[in-house]
Amino acid sequence: MSCYPGAIDCDIHPTVPGIKALLPFMDDYWQEAFVSRGIDGLEMASYPPGAPISCRADWRPAKGRPAADPATIARQSLDVMGTAFAICNPLTGGQVAVSESMGAAVCRAVNDWISKEFLDKDARFRASIIVPPQSPELAVEEIERRAPDRRFVQVMIPVAVEMMLGRRYYWPLLAACERHGLPLGLHAGSLHRYPTTSNGWSSHYIQDYVSHSQTFEDQLLSLIHEGAFVKFPGLRVVLIESGVSWLPGFIWRAIKTWRGVRAEVPYVKRSPAEIVREHVRLTAQPFDAPDAAAVMRIVEMIDSDEMLLFATDYPHWQFEGDRAVPEGLSAPFLAKMLIDNPIATYPRLKEKAT
Amino acid sequence: MQRYVVAPVAEIPPGTHKVFAVGGRPIGIFNLDGEFYGLLNRCPHQGGSLCEGLITGLAVGDRPGEFRMVRKGEMVRCPWHGWEFDIRTGQSWCEPSKVRARTYPTEIASGAEVVKGPYVAETVPVTVEEQYVVVEF
Repeated sequence: MSCYPGAIDCDIHPTVPGIKALLPFMDDYWQEAFVSRGIDGLEMASYPPGAPISCRADWRPAKGRPAADPATIARQSLDVMGTAFAICNPLTGGQVAVSESMGAAVCRAVNDWISKEFLDKDARFRASIIVPPQSPELAVEEIERRAPDRRFVQVMIPVAVEMMLGRRYYWPLLAACERHGLPLGLHAGSLHRYPTTSNGWSSHYIQDYVSHSQTFEDQLLSLIHEGAFVKFPGLRVVLIESGVSWLPGFIWRAIKTWRGVRAEVPYVKRSPAEIVREHVRLTAQPFDAPDAAAVMRIVEMIDSDEMLLFATDYPHWQFEGDRAVPEGLSAPFLAKMLIDNPIATYPRLKEKAT
Repeated sequence: MQRYVVAPVAEIPPGTHKVFAVGGRPIGIFNLDGEFYGLLNRCPHQGGSLCEGLITGLAVGDRPGEFRMVRKGEMVRCPWHGWEFDIRTGQSWCEPSKVRARTYPTEIASGAEVVKGPYVAETVPVTVEEQYVVVEF
């Protein structure tokens, strides 16, 4: 008996087993480049592969990378949860490489690899189009290349990129997402072009991890106040692995300040709360609240039953056993979070896979 | 209802405003191009001295990066939290249906009318030659 029959898992992380797995999806130049330069690994510094958070102990294989093949993921997560669809968000160095071109080559290879090794193998898998935020132009090229495959349901980049995301520099990327009806997923993680906090480099991973919700706030504020949602009214943004409990305080500060200082951004005519509730969704893993009572209060303060999306964040270590949702959510709220909200957010999930 | 004589018209030239104690209430009288508007000097948000805030226009824009100022001099921003109010109607910009500053209807009366009554001229010496701002509540 599975836990959440029909659930849509909006964040799982298949791992690229190594550069060898990607070489078949690269052209001659990049194949030679990666081999002759001895580049492998391509891990994100945000998720060190050996760190406990990067893979729950009982999911970690004796050797090799975790979550590297569809059968393992199905056995450890999809079958247990009762997942109808799981959205693959592979985190790779392609999205952070200093070279735009190399980054784009890796992203292309990862998208083709996920398509062949996951989407073709198990009809429950869906995926994000991984694009290089280092170059909005190359990101748009990759969206155009992969968007016709309707099993790709989102565009994904790390949340901390090279600039504030609402700037015009990124508008072609935002426009492409809107044009194809693909939400833009911002996943926890950084290109590390800047210190991990606005006061400089932190000494410990614990600081990076806890303070990361600030980066989500920064990017959300940028999108709102540069007018991205005015320019692209169809744009949806999904905050992935941002946590949830920071949101009510953020919304309050955003409303309070907008009421007093909105003349700075007169084209932002609606309250930031309204904008966020309409355009922004969050995966609910982790939720970051201590108990059922706190969860209920936070949900009440968010004041919308449409914003949260079920996610396991598999294989990241966010929960024990099969307790993938926090206690304290009402049955109707949970039903929306597990199925209805993901379908509304990712309209391509409604389509029959071809 | 009572009519209060607030001040001679000449005391509040166009584009200026002044707060008066009228019947025990602090009321700002604004002269917008010769038309007078009364506003309670108390912000409906948290009670700041509304009429002492910045007198400004309405910042508008329809597209990102579009910045225009319209209705210059017709808005007041509360000095406490910056909420914007329409001096004519008291309507707040950010919560127009819920939050409204208290307004008072004003009229202009000649000294000749005023001396006949029934007006209350608490502190204003009235002469028949002058015009006066009158508030009723």
